Amino acid sequence: MSTRNTLRQGPDTSGFFGRFGGRFVAETLMPLILDLQAEYEKAKQDPEFHAELEVLRKDFVGRETPLYLAERLTEALGGAKIYLKREDLNHTGAHKINNCLGQILLAKRMGKKRIIAETGAGMHGVATATVAARFGLECVIYMGSTDIHRQQPNVQRMKLLGAEVIPVTSGTGTLKDAMNEALRDWVTNVDNTFYIIGTVAGPHPYPALVRDFQAVIGEETRRQIMAKEGRLPDTLVACIGGGSNAMGLFHPFLDDVSVHMIGVEAGGEGLDKRHAASLKGGEPGVLHGNRTFLLQSEDGQIQDAHSISAGLDYPGIGPEHAWLHDIKRVEYVAVTDQEALEGFKALCKYEGIIPALESSHALAHVLKLAPTLPKDHIIVVNLSGRGDKDMTTVTEHLAHELAD
Amino acid sequence: MTANTHASRLERRFAALKEESRAALVTFITAGDPDYANSLDILLGLPEAGADVIELGMPFTDPMADGPAIQLANQRSLAAGQDMLKTLQMVRILREQDQDTPVILMGYYNPIYRYGVKRFLEEAAEEGVDGLIVVDLPPEHDDELCIPAREAGIHFIRLATPTTDAKRLPGVLTNTSGFLYYVSSTGVTGSAAPTPEKVQTEVEAIRAHTDIPIGVGFGIRTPEQAARIAHFADGVVVGSALIDCIAKADTPEAGTRAVLALTRDLSAAVRSARQ
Repeated sequence: MSTRNTLRQGPDTSGFFGRFGGRFVAETLMPLILDLQAEYEKAKQDPEFHAELEVLRKDFVGRETPLYLAERLTEALGGAKIYLKREDLNHTGAHKINNCLGQILLAKRMGKKRIIAETGAGMHGVATATVAARFGLECVIYMGSTDIHRQQPNVQRMKLLGAEVIPVTSGTGTLKDAMNEALRDWVTNVDNTFYIIGTVAGPHPYPALVRDFQAVIGEETRRQIMAKEGRLPDTLVACIGGGSNAMGLFHPFLDDVSVHMIGVEAGGEGLDKRHAASLKGGEPGVLHGNRTFLLQSEDGQIQDAHSISAGLDYPGIGPEHAWLHDIKRVEYVAVTDQEALEGFKALCKYEGIIPALESSHALAHVLKLAPTLPKDHIIVVNLSGRGDKDMTTVTEHLAHELAD
Repeated sequence: MTANTHASRLERRFAALKEESRAALVTFITAGDPDYANSLDILLGLPEAGADVIELGMPFTDPMADGPAIQLANQRSLAAGQDMLKTLQMVRILREQDQDTPVILMGYYNPIYRYGVKRFLEEAAEEGVDGLIVVDLPPEHDDELCIPAREAGIHFIRLATPTTDAKRLPGVLTNTSGFLYYVSSTGVTGSAAPTPEKVQTEVEAIRAHTDIPIGVGFGIRTPEQAARIAHFADGVVVGSALIDCIAKADTPEAGTRAVLALTRDLSAAVRSARQ
């Protein structure tokens, strides 16, 4: 295979994927970002780092996760054969732990004693609190006050795991404001603190290192589908907020031209109303350390995202996705809150699996796509998380149906 | 360097103050806070009240390096309808009555990027903007705005911080002009400042590497604190304390009076610091 034409070697040394990415941070943070990059480069070359990560993945997280043939869903939709990559079966209930384990090992290497993170739905917060407890480090989680209300069970989990959960009321009290507040903490406590960013966004090297830690999803999928089907899948589908579960699934397949990839953004109430679809409804800009597509006004003010799913409620997207959109390697679509609920219900009904509302966006697109494709077409959907945390939200939205 | 006709307004101002053997009082307000009319009143009153250099914040929804005071100032300004056109218009109106006080626009990159770097620099130069401080553009991204700004005749003023070590300092100083803004503490704007002795040591370490004036900011709130910093720094930056005057006032007009009164007190303190 030619390495010259690979799409997998980004970012460049300045942290750019095409015109996206970079290190747009305050001077106070620059030395630390450069240290992190150097430490990550060293860790990548260190067999002990990989060995320790491998043991934790297997024995602490429960990897590898199954690639599961969704037989009844496939039958009900009457088209393509649907496999689910079961990231919902990971310890802590989502793909987020893959990244947190990698980053906490970096924190340990760098001698940092205090961990901070932002969280939206709370899954990244729970995963961060979990690894901090596992390694005995102090942990502070910033969470928007709006999200604290709609994701109570995760707030309780983080507290039980010993993390301090700080409500963020500035701005709109959602994920972007939590990230602002985490950055303010980091700039203040730069000496002793490691910031575990939860998605493939932020200043370089975060988009690359989070992607690398999540790529285990796609690497396993590749092995598993070869074992089950003897060939690569035709289509990969994953939901996108910042885009870490999608990047993790897609990245190992980027150079396989036969594999079509679809990233599903949160279309909220519709793209002409309130939504969280940065690629379908945003413009390039600079926020949280990187240049990417952002929901913003004509005057460059960041606009509030809206999604039924707290984890997708972010006005930006990882820079590598922005680039893959630019070069048209990945197709990006949006599904609405209502459609996501249909995806949620379908998986409960046909497979006995309660999916996260985030993952339900990917499922919702599959509900539309699978019936249009032949039976020998293979789709792999990243079931990035489980839906226990979403019971309150779903119950509110489906009150009339559940009352019957 | 003494004042000469080729020097910029900012260079002339620092040179003149050096002749007077005193530091510059650099005041920060957010443009459009609490609203356009009152913010303009404050801006027009600042030179007479003793501000030697004016930093005018370009409001942004996500001021990641700012503490609560300036975050709220940004929110008030945006809620009152401030945008980039209005901010540039404020500078134009100031220039109709004041051609000597340097004005520095300060903020985050996205509103400039969205406005268009070329268009922004042309209009900023036209209206009489002297310098830019853009928090989220480190030297690694000089191609984005710093170099185009210098080519447009606008200073790009860089922040140096306690984390800027000897290895990074030369890179931070390259392409920096007008003055260097030394942020005396890690943390957000409005954070408590370290002791003046510690700051003095750090500023003197930087002086070994550069001849450009060094302004010191972050956590300077009172005339007494300003005087202690003015003893050794070339400029003293006060922001959050002025913004708090606006936030705490019963009426916008009272806020304007309070900002200008504090500016007068700070100015007197800075002027007498080395006497």
